[in-house]
Amino acid sequence: MVCEMETDQIEEMDVEVLPSMWPENVGTEADKQFNVEKPAGDLDTLKEVTIEETPTIADLTRLPELMNSTQQGSSQLTNLVKQWEYMQDNAVRLLREELKNLNRQREEAEAKELKIIEEYKFETNEPENVPVLDETSDLFRRFRQKKRDALVDSKKIEIYEEFDTVAYWKQKALNLEKMLEASTERERRLIEKLSESLKTMESQSAPVQELTQNLKRAEGFLHFILQNAPIVMGHQDKDLRYLFIYNKYPSLREQDILGKTDVEIFHGGGVKESQDFKREVLEKGKASKREITFTTDLFGSKTFLIYVEPVYNKAGEKIGINYMGMEVTEQVDKREKMAKLREDNAVRKAMESELNKTIHITEETMRAKQMLATMSHEIRSPLSGVVGMAEILSNTKLDKEQRQLLNVMISSGDLVLQLINDILDLSKVESGVMRLEATKFRPREVVKHVLQTAAASLKKSLTLEGNIADDVPIEVVGDVLRIRQILTNLISNAIKFTHEGNVGIKLQVISEPPFARENALNADTEEHEQNENAIPCLFKKYMQASADHARKYGGTGLGLAICKQLVELMGGQLTVTSRVNEGSTFTFILPYKVGTSDDYSDDQDEFSDMADHQSEPDDTAEGYFQFKPLLGSIYTNGGPGIGNDFLPHKVMLTSPIKLINGFVADPSNNTGQSEMLQLENGGYVDESKLETSSGHCPESAHQYENGNGRCFSKESESCSSSQASSEGGTLEMESELTVSSHTEEEKAETDLKETPKPKILLVEDNKINIMVAKSMMKQLGHSMDIANNGVEAITAINHSSYDLVLMDVCMPVLDGLKATRLIRSYEETGNWNAAIEAGVDIKTLENEQVSVRSTNRLPIIAMTANTLAESSEECYANGMDSFISKPVTLQKLRECLQQYLH
Amino acid sequence: MNTTVVAQLQRQFQDYIVSLYQQGFLDNQFSELRKLQDEGTPDFVSEVVFLFFDDCSKLINTMSTSLEQPDNVDFKQLDSGVHQLKGSSSSVGAKRVKNVCISFKECCDVQNREGCLRCLQQVDYEYKMLKTKLQELFNLEQQILQAGGTIPQVDIS
Repeated sequence: MVCEMETDQIEEMDVEVLPSMWPENVGTEADKQFNVEKPAGDLDTLKEVTIEETPTIADLTRLPELMNSTQQGSSQLTNLVKQWEYMQDNAVRLLREELKNLNRQREEAEAKELKIIEEYKFETNEPENVPVLDETSDLFRRFRQKKRDALVDSKKIEIYEEFDTVAYWKQKALNLEKMLEASTERERRLIEKLSESLKTMESQSAPVQELTQNLKRAEGFLHFILQNAPIVMGHQDKDLRYLFIYNKYPSLREQDILGKTDVEIFHGGGVKESQDFKREVLEKGKASKREITFTTDLFGSKTFLIYVEPVYNKAGEKIGINYMGMEVTEQVDKREKMAKLREDNAVRKAMESELNKTIHITEETMRAKQMLATMSHEIRSPLSGVVGMAEILSNTKLDKEQRQLLNVMISSGDLVLQLINDILDLSKVESGVMRLEATKFRPREVVKHVLQTAAASLKKSLTLEGNIADDVPIEVVGDVLRIRQILTNLISNAIKFTHEGNVGIKLQVISEPPFARENALNADTEEHEQNENAIPCLFKKYMQASADHARKYGGTGLGLAICKQLVELMGGQLTVTSRVNEGSTFTFILPYKVGTSDDYSDDQDEFSDMADHQSEPDDTAEGYFQFKPLLGSIYTNGGPGIGNDFLPHKVMLTSPIKLINGFVADPSNNTGQSEMLQLENGGYVDESKLETSSGHCPESAHQYENGNGRCFSKESESCSSSQASSEGGTLEMESELTVSSHTEEEKAETDLKETPKPKILLVEDNKINIMVAKSMMKQLGHSMDIANNGVEAITAINHSSYDLVLMDVCMPVLDGLKATRLIRSYEETGNWNAAIEAGVDIKTLENEQVSVRSTNRLPIIAMTANTLAESSEECYANGMDSFISKPVTLQKLRECLQQYLH
Repeated sequence: MNTTVVAQLQRQFQDYIVSLYQQGFLDNQFSELRKLQDEGTPDFVSEVVFLFFDDCSKLINTMSTSLEQPDNVDFKQLDSGVHQLKGSSSSVGAKRVKNVCISFKECCDVQNREGCLRCLQQVDYEYKMLKTKLQELFNLEQQILQAGGTIPQVDIS
């Protein structure tokens, strides 16, 4: 570019030289005639210079480069200077030429003057036509010729006088005088022009100054701009040594930097990177930007945005780099903060959506469970109708085949019912609705009943054993129903998977941790190929050890899950140890409380009654039971030294109602001795271990017993000394048996038919409810008396004896709860004082009633519209025995009657 | 008499009763009622149901009277009425009536007269609606019986 410009200028200059050869006026004429295209190019050299100036102003933008003192920059500068010199030379030359011309003209003029003078002399001295000197005449002629050439525009001197007269010469002299004057005038003008030219010469030096000013301005501008900019600029050579640096806030002196490389100057993070980056740019020859964070001792941690461009010399070789850095620490910080915020936001959002999803899934699961529970509930009612009807049907006359079919039907129905109950139980436990009842019960009896029940339906040749340690209290407080459920479940599982040998329960008190009772239940199952890795699945819902197992054994897989949940709900834990081919032991440990009994005297009465009725050995404290398979209905109840034959069952079966009433009316009956024992235990809370064990030989059972010894089993004084006989336990056990075993139940129901119809009282104020309930009772084969409120109920109970009362809770005049309390008070005290105090008008023969009924507890079943646990607790708290939720259904009524009437 | 007519009526009856369940007019308790109806008491269901409707009409009258005074509403009396109604409707399986009764009772508990009035209107509407529906059902039953058919057992689940 620069070179091109230069050559252009040189060409122009060459052209310029030519017109100077021409006389000024002629040259102008010629230009006007022939060089119309370039009118100003030749003459105005000053104009040329100003034209040249514009690019230098444009070059201001390149001044940083100049400032950087690169080769490029300096060459630019020299170019400019050279160009300027050229122009100057040119101008000088032109001026000189002009001067020459002027001088020549002056010489001519002088010569002319001389000639005129000479001519004048001639005129005065000798005539023209007589030339004296040839040379002079020659000269004269030449002069005249020349004069004609030079003075084209001058007029010919007109001489009107006669030649060679005085007037003629005078006139001629005058004319010459004028010509001289004109010539002098021209000369003066030319001198003026010359001085003018000299002036312009002087003014031609101005562009150089202007250039310098421009440079200064640019520098000032740059300083102004860069004054406070956090910018570092520099130039480094090929070896990346600083040749130049600009730094507004220098922390190092120039001599510390110049001639050194980054690595030599700084130490710390980022230095090497920047060095490498610069080298990379140098090698690639391509300008680029990068952000580099420096961590140096000099200025701490700062981030710079660095721009590096390679620098070439004229030959196109790389000679170094220009670099420019701007501190962007804050921006980077901000950007990073923003990025982080954005990231956090995204993460939070993701988490939120995840959470929502989880919540959604949980809700869905809950809903699904709820639906399952609801569905199960909905299925249960009609199904129990089916089973119930089938059971009733089985009481009618059927031939063998029909009975077989019916039995299948009943057992299948029972299975489905069981499954549904399981599902309901599970969902109850999971949703936290399951409430535990705290009632007194006798662990020995529970174990015995469970085993008996199991034995009743046992179809294998297994021996069922119960082993209860002596120190296990006679009575403890807990949710007997649930504990029984757990035991039954475990035992039935054990039986299911054991093909020969023993299945048993061991119950022991464990003294640690304090205030906790442990029921350790060992179910030893023989032959059951239980793999170690199947154990984790055991307690999972619907899980069975394998698909083969499912086919082989059937079942829903809910049993153990329910057991585990129930045990955990009671604050205990259920564990299992298993060895293939040797059996499995399920152990559960439960905290328990010892109940205190305050119905000592009642018990005594009852026990004496019972003792009169049946003198049977006591088994409340009995610690060992064994049941052989029910093949042929042979029970052995091998207590320590107490033989137990089949007789009591028979007795029970023939007169069930009375005995069961006895049991139902006072479930907390107790022996004086056992009570003493409890009192001894006082506030202490023991732990007992309940264990079912099975093995193919008795030794193995013992083994397990011993094995349990490690579980802190506490050996206390034997309480087998308690001798007072109580039939309650035995009877309870038997009644349990009749309920759970179909064969036995059939007998029991057949027996029931022969006994007088039970008397039932319905206390209800709603006509429609009465109507429905009555119709249902009729369907179930019972009739009822009706009382419309609590007062009527009390009156009715006072008048005649009932076997069962169905009591609405919410009634006008006197509600069910209050009525029940009054009835219980009557049962306890033998008088209706409390009722009379409450404003109930009792007008009956009290004495007569007292003697007959005071000791029997009348089963009162609440009918409540509210099935929530609070309500049921309220019912129990007011002395009710159970409750039916409204609306009453056939099934509920039937279940209730089955439980309380036989 | 005419088996096709009977079959048609029976199908109609089945569809109708199923629709009553599906629309939530009735619940299982109504099935319970129907279970109780046998040869000995052939009109048991309609007897109970119409007793219920009579009861409804009486109770609703009483309740609307007690709700008439804007200031001193006897909520206790109202509550006992609602309780009665709830018990009865629950006993006959009048599901919608029962559901309204539940919210009615809630309104009573917080002594919200406006809510009570609204619920009362709803109860009134629902029981009358049910009455019409059940009358229709019983009519169908009668027609089936007259045509010599038997009332079909309907499996609601």
